[in-house]
Amino acid sequence: MDIAGMDMTTAGSLLRDRKISVSELAGEYIKNIREKDPSIGAYLHVCESKTREDIQKAQDMIDRGEASPLAGIPYALKDNICTRGIETTCASRILKGFLPPYNATVADRLDAAGGVLLGKLNMDEFAMGGSTENSAFGITRNPHDKSRVPGGSSGGSAAAVAASMALFTLGSDTGGSIRQPASFCGVTGLKPTYGRVSRYGLVAFASSLDQIGPLGKTVRDCALVMEAIAGHDPMDSTSAAGKDACFTGELEQGIKGMRIAVPREYLAEGISPGVREKVLEGLDMLASMGAVWEEVELKLHDAAISAYYIISSAEASSNLARYDGIKYGFRSDNARDLAELYSKTRNEGFGEEVKRRIMLGTYVLSSGYYDAYYIKALKIRSLIKEEFDTVLGKYDLIAGPTTPTTAFGIGEKTGNPLEMYLGDVYTVSVNIAGLPAVSLPCGTDTSGLPVGFQLIGRAFDEKTLLRCARALEKAREVLP
Amino acid sequence: MKVTTETVDYVAALARLSFHGDEKEKMAAQLQGILSYMEKLDALDTEAVKPLEHLENAVNVFREDEVRDSFPREEILRNAPRRDTRAFKVPGIME
Repeated sequence: MDIAGMDMTTAGSLLRDRKISVSELAGEYIKNIREKDPSIGAYLHVCESKTREDIQKAQDMIDRGEASPLAGIPYALKDNICTRGIETTCASRILKGFLPPYNATVADRLDAAGGVLLGKLNMDEFAMGGSTENSAFGITRNPHDKSRVPGGSSGGSAAAVAASMALFTLGSDTGGSIRQPASFCGVTGLKPTYGRVSRYGLVAFASSLDQIGPLGKTVRDCALVMEAIAGHDPMDSTSAAGKDACFTGELEQGIKGMRIAVPREYLAEGISPGVREKVLEGLDMLASMGAVWEEVELKLHDAAISAYYIISSAEASSNLARYDGIKYGFRSDNARDLAELYSKTRNEGFGEEVKRRIMLGTYVLSSGYYDAYYIKALKIRSLIKEEFDTVLGKYDLIAGPTTPTTAFGIGEKTGNPLEMYLGDVYTVSVNIAGLPAVSLPCGTDTSGLPVGFQLIGRAFDEKTLLRCARALEKAREVLP
Repeated sequence: MKVTTETVDYVAALARLSFHGDEKEKMAAQLQGILSYMEKLDALDTEAVKPLEHLENAVNVFREDEVRDSFPREEILRNAPRRDTRAFKVPGIME
């Protein structure tokens, strides 16, 4: 069976028509993991008993005629999503061996939908990074070119889908961590509107920016996963109530008359020629299908990275204060008293990037700097959100590249943290404004590396966002 | 904004981290680089702007104050680095 070209819709039909069993389908993915993952490194943990249980449960659902679109579909979760009794490390030494006593809400919802969990995926430690090189347990390689990074922080999630080692995955996105790896690995990744998907059970990095979202081979696959995981959760007080639960309804409706804004800052310097060419090609395709695109100005574009790194680091310094070696996780053996217990545990348990961000966050929140940095950043946040809302009041969507370049080489950017941060330039403002955004593949550059096209939508208007993404995907399907 | 090794010590103490020798200088330099980049925010006039603290207009989300099941003690102690039969073990705080 060739699973490389398979999407959820195809797999779902085969299962429901009894052409294959849940066990056979999962078996193909497990075989792929065994063969390919040693040279890719997407998985931190491959499940066994959980997978077997899920297979049984899904087959029962299908046999009883109760199958949802996700029944029997093999998937994997980024390792910052808590899975009861299954190791969840956030790719950090400080959580090695940690067995969550509870399931994240998204994990429960995927269980209820009959999904088959294959394992937990590699990431940058505590979701801090853009290359998955910050994992304490080894790097993940880009399946398109193994000398290159898959992106981050959801590098394992993107690589697993790209290499057909899972039919869909969940990642998390705080400043681009679903979209950038999706772009680098040539798959589709969606960051929902803030509040769409419960964060209960997502190990917190920056609580006002984090969202869980799907990565898959197609727009429809991502939409189907959203229908299973989105929705209000009483366990997450930031989750939105009363929002429409349908994401697939308008996918095929086309984009005639849709108004798309392209910020001139998104196509200015710093973007590689291969990326620019493919994005402009994508815009032409959208125009040929009846959409209208125009250049706009985003005056605050340049301020976004600074605001983002101040806010996210500040929130991270607070969220990561809980890792103290007392109740769970790693505890240093070298401490002589309580103060040393804390500092040695954290020194030995956290990687460099995590420590750097905690330091930055602590600094900007400290007395004397709080107003100049943190409050200033929150004011900038207000202005950025207002600017996006104004543009999206006149246009349906904002479009542009997901990243300024295609996947860079392993080790190429690890020397300079700021350079790594600047790669997030098109993705961070979306989290600052709390809007939904999707990255989908739109061709390759001259080295054969995938280019990602990003669409940003109005809050809670994933329907319009996905409708346009589907149109672009369809246009690309007919290319030679 | 000059970030010195003293700054690193002060911030590290707040964050319950510690740096030694070369690490201190390296951290000071990296923080300096990042914070200098952020100075571009000073050019923006935000005098009359309200800081954005919440993305949605939700107000306090409460539940009724009813007793509910929590976790069994064993579940909570399962990941403890050091424990006895009923509690987490910690270094003594007082002499």
